[in-house]
Amino acid sequence: MTVRRLADEQPASFDFTPENRAWCDAQIAKYPQGRQASAVIPLLWKAQAQHDYWLPKPAIEKVAEILDMPYIRVLEIATFYSMFNLSPVGTHFIQLCGTTPCMLRGAEEIRKVCEDKIGPQRHVRADGKFSWLEVECLGACCNAPMVQINDDYYEDLTPENFGKLIDDLAAGRPVHKGSQTGRIGSEPTGGLTTLTDLYGVDGVSGPGCYASKNQD
Amino acid sequence: MLQDKDRIFTNLYGFGDRGLKGAMARGAWDGTKGLLEKGKDWIITEMKASGLRGRGGAGFPTGLKWSFMPKPDPARPSYLVVNADESEPGTCKDREIMRNDPHLLVEGCMIASFAMGAHAAYIYIRGEYIAERDALQAAVDEAYAARLIGKDNINGWPFDLYVHHGAGAYICGEETALLESLEGKKGMPRMKPPFPANMGLYGCPTTVNNVESIAVAPTILRRGAAWFSSFGAPNNVGTKLFCISGHVNKPCNVEEAMSIPFRELIDRHCGGVRGGWDNLMAVIPGGSSVRCVPAEQIIDCPMDFDSLSKLRSGLGTAAVIVMDKSTDIVRAIARLSYFYKHESCGQCTPCREGTGWMYRVLSRMAEGRAQKREIDMLLEVSKQIEGHTICALGDAAAWPVQGLITHFRGEIEKRIDQYAANPHSDPVRVAAE
Repeated sequence: MTVRRLADEQPASFDFTPENRAWCDAQIAKYPQGRQASAVIPLLWKAQAQHDYWLPKPAIEKVAEILDMPYIRVLEIATFYSMFNLSPVGTHFIQLCGTTPCMLRGAEEIRKVCEDKIGPQRHVRADGKFSWLEVECLGACCNAPMVQINDDYYEDLTPENFGKLIDDLAAGRPVHKGSQTGRIGSEPTGGLTTLTDLYGVDGVSGPGCYASKNQD
Repeated sequence: MLQDKDRIFTNLYGFGDRGLKGAMARGAWDGTKGLLEKGKDWIITEMKASGLRGRGGAGFPTGLKWSFMPKPDPARPSYLVVNADESEPGTCKDREIMRNDPHLLVEGCMIASFAMGAHAAYIYIRGEYIAERDALQAAVDEAYAARLIGKDNINGWPFDLYVHHGAGAYICGEETALLESLEGKKGMPRMKPPFPANMGLYGCPTTVNNVESIAVAPTILRRGAAWFSSFGAPNNVGTKLFCISGHVNKPCNVEEAMSIPFRELIDRHCGGVRGGWDNLMAVIPGGSSVRCVPAEQIIDCPMDFDSLSKLRSGLGTAAVIVMDKSTDIVRAIARLSYFYKHESCGQCTPCREGTGWMYRVLSRMAEGRAQKREIDMLLEVSKQIEGHTICALGDAAAWPVQGLITHFRGEIEKRIDQYAANPHSDPVRVAAE
């Protein structure tokens, strides 16, 4: 349980763009007649994505109106689920996984980098580019430690490569998503121990490899 | 050792083509229509005979679960709901299925839905898995385009599959909380009974299965129950995805035969324990919710449901968290307690209040700032939480703490002695009564 409240300063109004509104209607169509409330999380999520990655009160009201739900029911959802940011975040919003599997692999050092480069958590850096938050297990434990920055996972972090990642993002330089040490997925480093019949020990020489078979 | 020809997840690491073409080349969607033509009774009998136990943690037999669904009733449609809310600390296997081998899951949804008389299925994927959600949606779209699923498809069973997502709540991995969330409410678990098979999604008959349980079903049916049950020890059969994290040289996901000894699993796939086997301190073998096991007990233990439950731990999701001797075990478990405090939905008092209480006491113990008699008090409180809540989150919060006290009481006492031996200006406060 955490205490989550709406931000003090709120915009005057919120409306979906026509494109996003059409997307909302397509979501609602996934559920049976009269069960449109099922779409509440996807709609709030879309509203947040449209609104600089945080969810203002007018957006909550808008979603309640679209789904024909009482405002309080939608507010409950917005405050219950931790991915809804109820106050402004940095352009690059960093969610640092701090749970034990990441902690064992050095998440506390990554946290230190966040503190040094950005400041305390939940605060947006003066240039507006970064804010960070320690969150619970993000489910990428074989690639620990890791962070999620906006929509993307960045894995196999060290203080060095993570520091560089933040600098690159700040400078607008291109960055590599996923593993920062060159892994493709969650395979063991230094050579496959399984699926070698398909992909070879190196993962690129076998008959099943994407590169050798499927490049049209 | 399991051979590559017997592995189900042939694109686990994403080296191959993730699309429909690649999946079909690896065997997905092969003869699906023929499997359906054998009838739902045959499918359920075969699933039961395969000995597959649910891969989401509890290990309930999957075929048996499917058989609980009542006869189809036009007024109350049946649903399959796939639990892809993978959030158990240490667990990262379903993610690999959804982003790299999604067609196995899509095909499994079709077959399982047919077996339980459902024409619609929802996959509830955790909100943070955005790339995985896109990959899965792409696979669903491909399957629709190829008319493998849909109202009018070549497999002959009208079937719609929808991808739904959450927004960051561990509790939604509990099946009834997941259903609440899918209905557009807060993820708070429901009282059981009624069980979802009778009153599930929208009050209709529903079966909730883990991603891995569903994704292995097509291959089991194609290759036969006898093939699947030939791996592992009796009652613990099949192949299994293990997620090994923590202090091993090469953390990874790997599909292995059930009941593989711990030492073999780590040596073969993870390059051994960091600093060698003598450096191993403890292992959490099944995700954060099971009790930790000290090194000497786990090293030669088969990794399966029954062997680990004999050690008063469990296979859970097969998320193996390895801790070497550099680990501050009290802090490691205290961090898990923080996790449960953070993720408690707040519905039941023992869990809402107890998780925070345990976290605060354990944090002091990690510094040594406690009294020895508080150790037994902590154990007692954990037992007051365990079994006294609607869902298993209370149990899951209690077990890591109990495991710590059972196996590492000496470590806590040592901290307390060290703290007491040094002068401190702030007095040790006793836990709030």
